[in-house]
Amino acid sequence: MARSFWDSTVGKKIVMGVTGLIMIGYLVVHMMGNAKIFFGADDFNEYGHWLRVVGEPFLHRMWGLWIARVVLLTSVILHAVCAYQLSRRDIKARPQKYVHKKARMSYATRTMRWGGVILGLFIVWHILDLTTGTVHPDGFEDGKPYQNVVDTFSTWYGNVIYIVAMLAMGMHVRHGFWSAAQTIGVGSRTRERVLKATANGLALILTVGFISVPVAVMTGVVS
Amino acid sequence: MKLNLRVWRQKNAETDGAMASYELDGISPDMSFLEMLDTLNEELIVSGEEPVAFDHDCREGICGACSLVINGDAHGPERTTTCQLHMRSFQDGDTIDIEPWRASAFPVIKDLVVDRTAFDRVIQAGGFITAPTGAAPEAHATPVPKPDADLAFEHAECIGCGACVAACPNGAAMLFTSAKVNHLNVLPQGAPERETRVLDMVAQMDEEGFGGCTLAGECATACPKGIPLMSITSMNKEWLRATRKSKR
Ligand code: HEM
Ligand code: FES
Repeated sequence: MARSFWDSTVGKKIVMGVTGLIMIGYLVVHMMGNAKIFFGADDFNEYGHWLRVVGEPFLHRMWGLWIARVVLLTSVILHAVCAYQLSRRDIKARPQKYVHKKARMSYATRTMRWGGVILGLFIVWHILDLTTGTVHPDGFEDGKPYQNVVDTFSTWYGNVIYIVAMLAMGMHVRHGFWSAAQTIGVGSRTRERVLKATANGLALILTVGFISVPVAVMTGVVS
Repeated sequence: MKLNLRVWRQKNAETDGAMASYELDGISPDMSFLEMLDTLNEELIVSGEEPVAFDHDCREGICGACSLVINGDAHGPERTTTCQLHMRSFQDGDTIDIEPWRASAFPVIKDLVVDRTAFDRVIQAGGFITAPTGAAPEAHATPVPKPDADLAFEHAECIGCGACVAACPNGAAMLFTSAKVNHLNVLPQGAPERETRVLDMVAQMDEEGFGGCTLAGECATACPKGIPLMSITSMNKEWLRATRKSKR
């Protein structure tokens, strides 16, 4: 059964939908966590510390965080592999393009593939920047996330990369959330309006929520 | 009406094709699109050229034989079949691009005619329904709730023309397959094979080389019979259910 599930275009799309929804769920939590930056360095750093001890004493220190990391990494890999395999198949299924071209799909729908690639690259940069500090502009300090965030958003390229990626994320979520509902079969005629509205609302809230951080650093609200 | 036509000409499956231009005069707005092509073919025959091959049969919008991507739209600008499209939907002096359905699963046979037998194999994969043959059963023997009957009927309207595949940016046959699956899966008559039907038809659909669904919605916009995009959602649900239930 697992084999025929994975081999099917419908099965692969369900994998994409479920992993996509897991990642959207994470984004909501992540955005709420980010909001703590508006309450000062102590609040934010303390929250960063809590992420490492969450689940104690049941979980050992860092276990909670690592469980989340493994789930997310598995999700993003499965999602990207399915996206790649399905996209290749889709392109092969239309070997000859129409001479008379017509663009009708919404912008969000048309940009799922490139938007996804931008997101994938962004995720790599984001981790190297603020988790490992490998590409951090100057003086990355473990346990001082507040200062690290301010450093990143004090560079022009940090802001540009982040804001572009968040706009791509918003569009990906806009089409992705609604699509996932259709893919896993929970959409219906009666739920259509609610699902579309939720997708748009989620996309807007996530985009504004995430972009508010670099904007706050740029305007000096957070420094 | 005077028209500039640009038509896909291709000798056979082995040769490359190209768009060819034709000027056509004296077209009445009351002609159907196919009658306009008949007129073109008459002229071509008279001048000793090969007429344009295109598919058609009933010419009343019920058989699903006609096709054609007209100015980038499957079945042209109106929501109907090409045979039911009339020249009044165009303006005098228009340039009209006419291309065949484009999908690797629908190879071109000649000019505008493509091989759609992939659809037949998807239907065959669905198998038969377990129904006693012989005398017609008593009409009330198997009660069907009205909403289910309506849903089945809505999906039974699919004429298998392939406009969904032609319009889909991925050359996917999800709308067609979902129409066929849902049509029988909502009815008590189709219940015994409910799981195998959806699994086998989706597997055959993949086997034929159709693409996957990205919920672009182009298929439902192009469908001359108005099969809704939500049919795909229902099929996905059926497929998931069948995957959980069956041990394959
Ligand atoms: C590695 C980077 C990523 C790539 C390459 C990628 C690519 C794609 C592609 C190609 C699709 C299908 C587009 C379509 O159906 O039109 C898709 C769908 C989706 N993506 Fe992503 N994506 C990525 C990251 C993400 C992230 C971070 C999230 C979570 C916020 C996400 C959530 C979704 C959802 C929910 C769907 C809908 C799935 C469905 O229709 O069932 N994706 N993605
Ligand atoms: S020719 Fe039969 S539907 Fe158009």
